[in-house]
Amino acid sequence: METKELQNIASQVRRDIVRMVAQVSSGHPGGSLGCADFLTVLYFDTMKHSHTPFSMDGKGEDLFFLSNGHISPVWYSVLARAGYFPVADLGTFRRLGSKLQGHPSTDKKLPGIRIASGSLGQGLSNAIGAAETKKLNGDDSFVFTLHGDGELQEGQIWEAAIYAAAKKVDKLIATIDYNGRQIDGDVDDVMSLGNLGAKFAAFGWIVYEMDGHNIDEIKATLAKAKAGSGQGKPTIIIMKTEMGKGVDFMEGTHKWHGSAPNAEQLASALAQLEETLGDY
Amino acid sequence: MIEFEIFGNKDTRSGFGEGLHELGKNNSEVVALCADLIGSLKMDAFVKDFPERFFQAGISEANMIGMAAGMTIGGKIPFTGTFAAFSTGRVYDQIRQSVAYSNKNVKICASHAGLTLGEDGATHQILEDIGMMKMLPNMTVIVPCDFNQTKQATLAIAEHEGPVYLRFGRPVMPIFIKPDAEFKIGKADVLIEGTDVTIVACGHLVWKSIEAAKVLEAQGVSVELINMHTIKPLDKETLLKSLAKTKCVVTAEEHMRAGGLGDSVAQVITTEFLVPQEFVAVNDSFGESGTPMELMTKYHIDSQDVVDACLKVISRK
Repeated sequence: METKELQNIASQVRRDIVRMVAQVSSGHPGGSLGCADFLTVLYFDTMKHSHTPFSMDGKGEDLFFLSNGHISPVWYSVLARAGYFPVADLGTFRRLGSKLQGHPSTDKKLPGIRIASGSLGQGLSNAIGAAETKKLNGDDSFVFTLHGDGELQEGQIWEAAIYAAAKKVDKLIATIDYNGRQIDGDVDDVMSLGNLGAKFAAFGWIVYEMDGHNIDEIKATLAKAKAGSGQGKPTIIIMKTEMGKGVDFMEGTHKWHGSAPNAEQLASALAQLEETLGDY
Repeated sequence: MIEFEIFGNKDTRSGFGEGLHELGKNNSEVVALCADLIGSLKMDAFVKDFPERFFQAGISEANMIGMAAGMTIGGKIPFTGTFAAFSTGRVYDQIRQSVAYSNKNVKICASHAGLTLGEDGATHQILEDIGMMKMLPNMTVIVPCDFNQTKQATLAIAEHEGPVYLRFGRPVMPIFIKPDAEFKIGKADVLIEGTDVTIVACGHLVWKSIEAAKVLEAQGVSVELINMHTIKPLDKETLLKSLAKTKCVVTAEEHMRAGGLGDSVAQVITTEFLVPQEFVAVNDSFGESGTPMELMTKYHIDSQDVVDACLKVISRK
């Protein structure tokens, strides 16, 4: 897909995100805004996937697992804009009875979601399992994941990292939302990850870095990651992002990790984000 | 005269191993995962004959459970194997979110449950696992009583769609369930029919309750023994039918009093048919090192404890 077209989708996704969290005065706009460009490229350019009908087993399709489930607004918006469910459903986010739970879940059968996430650190293991099943089924599709950088403090991530390298899970492409911030402050202050690229390289992974707000670079890096896969090593992309990207007062701070804008702040945010596809 | 045909002596974990191997032959979607305990879980035969469907997770139980949940996406039926302590408490959050809440078709198979793990001591003797697992929505909880029934249960859970916790153990015990007996999830076996007291037991306590029933029979007490192999969903119908006759109940299990089979039975009787109940279970205590049978005696989950509880509950009628 053309870069301009992807940029337009990402702009609408950002509008969706701030409107969704504002209307229920809860949710996680910061990380969602930061990952809008990446998820737009993934679903509209990189992945081979289908929503007609949505298949839980996803045989022959590329799969995506959102491990940092709290950034559900960006995933829901991208799924809706990609046709998985009506965009009007975005208006039910976090409301009683909605399929759009605060954190992604399968029990209300929202198309596009294959496993619950929210309690951090589990998505990489889930993705590895799905990749192992694909291998058994002779299905050479890819499995993609997204993780927060703070999430990497969970021990299970490193169990999974050892496994994926040791067992040559090589159709797996994990991406880290490397915004350097978590609830209590900067990751470096809370508990530094040190040299993350060197850590994963030492664990036996192929490591790429990219700017998470440059659509062309995201496209190119994902293409490179796919082309370089299948050689016995899992792949990780360290994606530099800005939490709150696209809304000036949400950038440069961790304060919008889990807080919603009020009416005035929403108006200010929407004035900065072009409505390209029509609001839900 | 209470008499049971005995088909030999074996551990329940070996029943799991045989069942898993048979599944390997008959169901190509079954895969197995283990966290560095192949021999202890008796998974050797599956590993040898179906290496492409076996996944060694190393000593990484959280990753193993997460992977098992992911493997269901694409149609596999994963059986995870490790000790009960590491199958539940260590990975409760992974089971809760990735397996139970996501309603994935994962079979969590747990050996060395309870005190009868023996000499390794309390770090490994989990007595809270039934409670933890039965509290999870979507989870089926099964505690088979002997080698044959563990094999039958292993085969049955592969046919059941949804998360299952299958609990078994280490000690060698008599085999008294017929090799061709039908095992139906959620349908209890009435092993002995009687009129004075109902014993509801699971796991190794079923054999201990048979021993107790013989002692009681000699004293003129008529026991009805229900093997409640499925803790969840509980077979209320069989339970209430028996209680209508005996008007009292003893529950017997190798588990903490809190959260176990006894709790499940108590919830039924307090809401549907109030009768006296006595609990044979471990009372708010960790275990310790010792032989399995020494531990059952010391922690009051032996056949004599079942006898005493029956006499007490009858006196409360």
